[in-house]
Amino acid sequence: MKKERLDLDDYRKFLKQYLLTHDETALYQAEQLSKLSVQHNVSPEEIIHVHIKALKELYPDLQQEVSDSLNFLLEAMISYGLALQEYQSLREKQSALESEISVAANMQKTLLQTKKPTITGLDIGAVSVPANQMNGDYYHFIEGSDGTLGIALADVIGKGVPAALAMSMIKYSMDSFPEQLRQPAQILESLNRVVEQNVDTSMFITMFYGSYNTKNHTFSFSSAGHEPGFFYFQETASFSEIKARGLVLGATSDARYNEEAMTIHDGDAIILLTDGVTECHLGDRFIERDEVLEVIKDYLHLPAQEAVEKVYKHFERLQDFHLRDDFTLIILKKET
Amino acid sequence: MELKPCVNIRQEWDIVGARQLGREKAKELGFGTVDQARIATAISELARNIYLYAGIGKVYFEMVDHLGKKGLKIVAVDEGPGIRDLSQVMQDGYSTSGGLGAGLPGVKRLMDTFEINSEWGEGTEISAVKWVR
Repeated sequence: MKKERLDLDDYRKFLKQYLLTHDETALYQAEQLSKLSVQHNVSPEEIIHVHIKALKELYPDLQQEVSDSLNFLLEAMISYGLALQEYQSLREKQSALESEISVAANMQKTLLQTKKPTITGLDIGAVSVPANQMNGDYYHFIEGSDGTLGIALADVIGKGVPAALAMSMIKYSMDSFPEQLRQPAQILESLNRVVEQNVDTSMFITMFYGSYNTKNHTFSFSSAGHEPGFFYFQETASFSEIKARGLVLGATSDARYNEEAMTIHDGDAIILLTDGVTECHLGDRFIERDEVLEVIKDYLHLPAQEAVEKVYKHFERLQDFHLRDDFTLIILKKET
Repeated sequence: MELKPCVNIRQEWDIVGARQLGREKAKELGFGTVDQARIATAISELARNIYLYAGIGKVYFEMVDHLGKKGLKIVAVDEGPGIRDLSQVMQDGYSTSGGLGAGLPGVKRLMDTFEINSEWGEGTEISAVKWVR
């Protein structure tokens, strides 16, 4: 006969010790046995079985009713044993899923990677951190041969795998647009059609597209319902909201987008973000946009990459290292 | 041919009859109390499925012998609607989440072998064996 995984001799020994002395040590041993049993998938009915056997060995004249009642208990425990096994198999499935998602997240990183361009006179910093494994925010830099720098920033309403899938679609559509069609409003209008035709109506994508002309230092931009960013003007040491109006992508098939422009002077900065930044939770309230600006202002004198990282770390700490939404922040500074 | 011990399932009460007959056979074969309880639970589950989803069917028992190993085979047959999506009912959590009990994955765990055949519209046959340890 197969040896019990739960050792009968040990069990009998501890049970006897307990019955004789009511000793806490014996109860501690029982606790250890219990832990070990869970580890080795020993089900509750098996423990009761061992208990009955041990009890009968210690008390050969055990009253029949007691012994019968323990058999009754054993029967009543069967479903708990099954539930334990089911739990274990679901846990294995869960860890398989988790590793699958982490592979997907790595793949997403590779697919959506963008190179931060080096442009004389412009200091660029960008940080994008997902709340879960997969990022529903996306930013991309596109250098045109005519000396323009395109900056795309998008946020899928929703998180996780579906958001990430939608983002890959945005990126590949954008790659396929010819260079002469990379005007902010045009890009958003084209992407709106792609999203409207290919994505479920319950999913919305907000997007900002800006084009920085490195020759005359104008910044033209359009927004599809995206969280407004900010201009920083060095002369007055003040911020102003980047105003652009437009429907979120995918809401209607013929959305039109306005294009605005702003001249950027030495020392000025363009700050682009997603609502993961402005909707940081502090306990049960959202942070105010003014508070966000104060934090950004504190770090704006630093090199742009250092600044965005410091801002991110600040909010990460503020939220107890638990992001509720994907967080993306881009800062462009025109160097003096 | 030897007549196989069999219980017809028509009403909930018959589930108990099937358990009882199965437990007697398990005792005869020398199964311990834990395995007896597991076999009885598997029988309950199979008989209950017949009662709930097919209405009428039967559960019968066979003593099996394989390379000197003795075992009890439970066979549950019905001519009910059949199961449309087998992989779904064999998934953990499908029946348990609805509070319907251990479900077919539970039966598979309680027994050593498990086989299911079901045609949509023609009924279901499930057989499972437990070996004496």
